[in-house]
Amino acid sequence: MQSAGRQSAIWARDINKIFNPGAEEEVIALQGINLTVAAGEFVSLIGPSGCGKSTLMRLIGDLTQPTSGELLVNGKRPRQARLDRDYGMVFQAATLYDWRSVSKNVQLPLEIMGYAKAERRQRAQAMLEMVELGAFSEHYPWQLSGGMQQRVSIARALVFEPAVLLMDEPFGALDEFTRERMNLELLRIWQRTGKTIVFVTHSISEAVFLSKRIVVMSPRPGRITEIVENPLPYPRDFTTRNAPAYHALVAKVRELLRDAHDSDEAAG
Amino acid sequence: MTAAASLRRRLRWYLPTIAVAIGVILAWEFIVISFDIQQFLLPKPSAIFAEFSQQIRLWLAPDERSILFESSGATFWEAFGGFIIGCGGGILVALISSRWTIVSEATMPFAIAANSVPIIAFAPIMNNWFGITNPASKMAIVAIIVFFPTMINTVRGLTLVDARQLELMRAYAATPGEILRKLRIPNALPYIFSALRVASALSLIGAVVAEFFGGPRATLGVYITQEASAFDFAKAWTAILMASIIGISFYLAVLLLERRLMPWHASLRGADMA
Ligand SMILES: Nc1ncnc2c1ncn2[C@@H]1O[C@H](COP(=O)(O)OP(=O)(O)OP(=O)(O)O)[C@@H](O)[C@H]1O
Ligand SMILES: [Mg+2]
Repeated sequence: MQSAGRQSAIWARDINKIFNPGAEEEVIALQGINLTVAAGEFVSLIGPSGCGKSTLMRLIGDLTQPTSGELLVNGKRPRQARLDRDYGMVFQAATLYDWRSVSKNVQLPLEIMGYAKAERRQRAQAMLEMVELGAFSEHYPWQLSGGMQQRVSIARALVFEPAVLLMDEPFGALDEFTRERMNLELLRIWQRTGKTIVFVTHSISEAVFLSKRIVVMSPRPGRITEIVENPLPYPRDFTTRNAPAYHALVAKVRELLRDAHDSDEAAG
Repeated sequence: MTAAASLRRRLRWYLPTIAVAIGVILAWEFIVISFDIQQFLLPKPSAIFAEFSQQIRLWLAPDERSILFESSGATFWEAFGGFIIGCGGGILVALISSRWTIVSEATMPFAIAANSVPIIAFAPIMNNWFGITNPASKMAIVAIIVFFPTMINTVRGLTLVDARQLELMRAYAATPGEILRKLRIPNALPYIFSALRVASALSLIGAVVAEFFGGPRATLGVYITQEASAFDFAKAWTAILMASIIGISFYLAVLLLERRLMPWHASLRGADMA
């Protein structure tokens, strides 16, 4: 078991997370979570609002601790993984620093990690070019559109080459069209860099389009209902969305989510 | 071409303000003349400007002295010294106390309470402490007046940090010192500058009012009280005019510094104006 944990990027066994235990506002956010993510895998978490997707992400990223259970990231405790700077995080909001130019925002993690100025600049520029914002390095965040800001935050998450990329609804605020373009770009980046990506989304089509496996969750208490394998081959592009297999998977995940929702209704 | 265009645009921007100022001065002159108002109630603007240019002439002449300009200089230094000591102290205390949450939580209620106290009422006491003619007595009052708003705003700016921005730092395993330098202080700058702008006005008010309680002959507050009691109201009003000029310049200097130190903010405002 431990050896499996050492090899996987993420290895979670019997994770429980209870907020305010014993108090009146006690919430069982996660119950009995078992999940293994291989290095270099692209996994999506999908489920109704409040089922604990963000909580699971925050546990993996050591922004909060599990009530019980065992969790290893790259074979290490999450805290150690965080101190080793194994995580790149992208939140739903771009979360850029207003007082820094685009380039300086991307350089932020490198500054903290003590990189020399020249290398910082050069790496940031390379990342910005990858997200097609090379010409905007000296702009300030407020001069960019929402989608551009989100791409800056992706560049910032990737710039120090973290082993694991944690993305919590990164494209939630974007329009459908921009979102699909960003999906393509993310896949391109993933294939080029081979990162492990855990991706939270509310969109079934996005989950199916992007990931190798889709983790379907249900709320109250937050559990994993099913993990769906996605056989669609990479590289994927806009024609992928026309494939019958794609539509079949979308229908299947929708069905699973409906079941999860119905059982929630019955319970509540 | 572009320079001329920008000048024109700027003129158009300020034109209403200039027009209002000229209008008010003309109306003032007109009302004083037509209602035959006594000069000790309200002198004509023209009389004030005549006195003012007379003072400028005295000031520029090599073998003459202008008490007005000497007073202005003295009052300016009291206000400026108090501003630097008070604001610097406020920012410093805020930085130190933000390092230990307990300290700032324990001191903030007192700072907020102290901020509602009319500190100018302590002016006579400061006169006793430092000596009535010692500029330090005025500086002390100014420093205390500007200390509390600066400290309170700085603590707010250092602590009211977006939770996500803080989590980002945590994800990078940043040290508290790095979080302070790269997140808390830049986050606090707009708060600090809004305090400094208020403090720039407060410091001049504090210095002049403190001088009303007594001070050396060549200070604006004493100048105003003496000329007013000698019924030379044009002179008293020139002193008020000088105090206004110093106060406004002070405020503008802070604004300029703000734009230099926070280009991201200034350009934001510029974008709004265009
Ligand atoms: N800090 C907290 N304190 C108390 N309860 C919390 C906290 N964070 C989350 N919860 C609770 O845990 C449950 C799961 O929350 P979480 O944010 O993980 O859901 P989610 O699946 O990300 O939802 P959404 O899709 O709306 O973002 C919710 O019932 C929420 O109220
Ligand atoms: Mg969430």
